[in-house]
Amino acid sequence: MKDRDFDHPDVVLVPHGPMLLRGAESVQDLEGRVHTVDRPVVALCRCEKSSRLPWCDGTHKVIPR
Amino acid sequence: MRLPKPRGGLSEWLVARLAEPGLTGSAPDADSWDDESISLWTLHELSFRGFEDADDRAEWDPELLGVRRDLEEALEERLRARWSASPTSPASSAAPAAADVPTALEDLVAADDGPSLADHVRRRADRDQVLELLRQRSVYHLKESDPSAFVVPRLPVRAKAALMALQFDEYGDGDPNRLHSHLFARGLEAVGLRAEYGAYVEDATTENLEMNNAGSIFGLHRRLRGAAMGHLAAFEMTSSLPSRKMVQGLERLGLDGPMSAYYDEHVEADAIHEHLAARDICGTLAEDEPDQAAEILFGAFTCLDVEARFATAMLATWEEQR
Repeated sequence: MKDRDFDHPDVVLVPHGPMLLRGAESVQDLEGRVHTVDRPVVALCRCEKSSRLPWCDGTHKVIPR
Repeated sequence: MRLPKPRGGLSEWLVARLAEPGLTGSAPDADSWDDESISLWTLHELSFRGFEDADDRAEWDPELLGVRRDLEEALEERLRARWSASPTSPASSAAPAAADVPTALEDLVAADDGPSLADHVRRRADRDQVLELLRQRSVYHLKESDPSAFVVPRLPVRAKAALMALQFDEYGDGDPNRLHSHLFARGLEAVGLRAEYGAYVEDATTENLEMNNAGSIFGLHRRLRGAAMGHLAAFEMTSSLPSRKMVQGLERLGLDGPMSAYYDEHVEADAIHEHLAARDICGTLAEDEPDQAAEILFGAFTCLDVEARFATAMLATWEEQR
């Protein structure tokens, strides 16, 4: 988009890390439960080892790559 | 908050001078590292919330600023010497390229081998030790995020927007009930501790005061903005997993409730903040101001180093008491 000076994507995939999601109001997890979002940015777990799915809790850092 | 109890000649002079601005006579040298640390902590506090029994104009008193500058120079010199001596420090000419800053931060954090107080809380600490740790932590957590708020106007566009996104979350996303320092205050009350701002500064160990002074000097000096943001990144990158251990330890000791909710909030919040800090704040700052790349790493190292020194001293005290 040329009318914007900076990239500011709504979804960012962090290498070996979570998916950052901006501006969402709700997220549905793998069990179909819907979670309300009350932060400007959330981190969604991609390693599926988080203790608080669907959110990232940093656990990916202790999993050997 | 009232002025703290002096810990030596310099802090005695300083506290007297703050309580009675008319006093004359120049500042004596500090008697000890402890005297030096509480003096600098007190001088910095004049730029945060201040003291009810001190003159508010003292923040910009030229003589006190001179004392503050001498103490800050000594502190900065000590912190930089530790960084130069560290095996994780790159050769002086080899500052990382801007694009490598987030990875360099990850490597620094991964190489950190300081002892973990959160591990101790999770597995072994007794109730008194946990309460003592919470009193020590309250020196920072009751002004959580305030030092980095000073950096906002000193950053280029992208880093500024990202820091504001992070700070907005730290300050409760507009809801005062969710302000992190307020959540910690509620937690202190729930475990039977005092919750007013500055409640346990009297009990702060020298290492704890140095840890707080390092965060404040980085936040208060525009020149040190890179170090401030590196410090913030390392802090956030070492928060999620330890916060979860704190939750487990607090629950093990029956201290669940608002205090464990405070740490619980940090598991999730800091899993987000660490990426904002490393990539969107430090990464873009290094791209826009390449001379800040080395400073970012210095700040990150310092955050890990002062925490390791604080943790080592706490664990040694508890070991002696056994």
